[in-house]
Amino acid sequence: MHPALSVIFFTVTAGAGYGVLFLLGISRLTGLTPEASPDQATVMGLVGLALVTAGLISSTFHLANPKNAWRSFVRFRTSWLSREAVFAVLFYPLCLIWLACDWFMGNTALTVVLGLLTALFCVVILVCTGMIYAQLKTIRQWHTALTPVNFVLLGLLLGALILGFMLASQNLPLSRLVSVALGLVIISALAKVIYFYWIGQPAGPTINTALGFTRATVRLLDVGNSSDTFHNKEFGYQVDKVKLIWLRAISLTLMAVLPLLLISGVFGPVGSIALLIAVLSAYAGVFVERWLFFAEARHVVNLYHGFQRT
Amino acid sequence: MKLGLVIDLDTCVGCHACAVACKQWNTSGTTGPLTDYDPYGENPAGVWFNRIRSYEVDDYPNNKTVNTPMSCMHCDDAACVTVCPTGASYKREEDGIVLVDQSKCMGCNLCAWACPYGARELDEDSGVMKKCTLCVDRIYDEALPVEERQPACVMTCPTSARFFGDFDDPNSEVSTLVRERSGYAMMPEVGYNPVNKYLPPRQRPKAPTIEKKEAATGQTLIGKWMKRQKDAFNDFGKGAR
Ligand code: SF4
Ligand code: SF4
Repeated sequence: MHPALSVIFFTVTAGAGYGVLFLLGISRLTGLTPEASPDQATVMGLVGLALVTAGLISSTFHLANPKNAWRSFVRFRTSWLSREAVFAVLFYPLCLIWLACDWFMGNTALTVVLGLLTALFCVVILVCTGMIYAQLKTIRQWHTALTPVNFVLLGLLLGALILGFMLASQNLPLSRLVSVALGLVIISALAKVIYFYWIGQPAGPTINTALGFTRATVRLLDVGNSSDTFHNKEFGYQVDKVKLIWLRAISLTLMAVLPLLLISGVFGPVGSIALLIAVLSAYAGVFVERWLFFAEARHVVNLYHGFQRT
Repeated sequence: MKLGLVIDLDTCVGCHACAVACKQWNTSGTTGPLTDYDPYGENPAGVWFNRIRSYEVDDYPNNKTVNTPMSCMHCDDAACVTVCPTGASYKREEDGIVLVDQSKCMGCNLCAWACPYGARELDEDSGVMKKCTLCVDRIYDEALPVEERQPACVMTCPTSARFFGDFDDPNSEVSTLVRERSGYAMMPEVGYNPVNKYLPPRQRPKAPTIEKKEAATGQTLIGKWMKRQKDAFNDFGKGAR
């Protein structure tokens, strides 16, 4: 699949924002951010919301006809994209009310409940985003439960690192958050490795089942078009194997290995500098990961264009 | 009603006439135009509802060229409809035709990603999704003579490899053809239940090739005699059992 930068930026950045807001939402209950004053909590929440907003704006650049984007709320019953849109819009008032409560009233029962509700929304939206891809039976590299799992984990990972950096730069205690981030780094790297292994197994339709000639070899003679088509541009994207392996290694190093070393204290005490580097590295790593998510996906329509299998 | 096409892979010669007729009719039809971005230039890319690809099936000397025209299959379980967030993509209750409402589409491409058959193409010029309409603006047009109320591709096919009709009627031409010629669906394992069916090429004896002639005539007399003895030996006693 063609890796569109607007969509990659959207899923990574908005994912990070939802990650920040999820952790903040549960922080009053779990004590992830002890000693954060209402002011500080609200400002950190607004940073998360800003990330979400930047991502959502970028997502509209992917639409060929954005003036109809408002119509995307109508197919809530069947379409994951519609569900994502509905939840993303409902999220704003909810999140703002919660942050306002926190700011005006501090740590009350209402704040805790609203925070938990916001956190729930964050996960639901991340799952919806993942399901937009995972629902497609036509792309076996996406049609797996690992896809939404991955979207949730990487969103939370980036969120944890960003929140950690914000706490550290305000000299707030962050030992609990760092433990959470450590757990997330390890689990999300594992999930990613399982995913790479899983998509390496041959499966799904072949050129034979695509055309119905299952008892003989089939080769493409003539694709029938002499210039570009929508299919070539959208589905024909291919990267060579060696480059893919390098990019996988780079992405895992940047999103997992380096942050792991930085926040586990191997390079000395975990301060705001270490966390800043971890944030930048993980963001770049997840960006490469998301690029690969698209570039490695092979749509079944390629079978009609001569691929023997996807 | 369940309207759709049957395409005979035995008779299709891959002339692309159906694709051209489709483009000609539909560019001024309900979902037109079928934009070409650079029609007289280097790279005349553009929107088509119907594309024909050619394949070689099996290996020499049993190989055969098969031409496959493909357009929207108007699937029974069309995920291109359910994934669409705007409601622009829909399937008609009354005849099963899958259409895109051009005024509602936001051009997100998701339906094209969901289609296994490459039937949907985004018009980069208008920013909306386009696809085969089964010539919905021909088949019900009472101003046309009855025999012309068929999709443009079916009307134009010079080898009559294309048939249009109602698959819900067991006695329609399309249902009969599918029954009698073992019509099949492409890529059924994806589970979309495409309505359009394809008739496989008929079985014919292999065409004689140079190698076969040599094998038939190049034997020595003694070799032929030995083969006769061997066959007789192998056949010995077969009748008794
Ligand atoms: S062929 Fe593609 S566009 Fe047509 S109904 Fe099936 S899934 Fe939808
Ligand atoms: S491109 Fe248009 S028709 Fe297709 S899913 Fe998006 S809004 Fe619906």
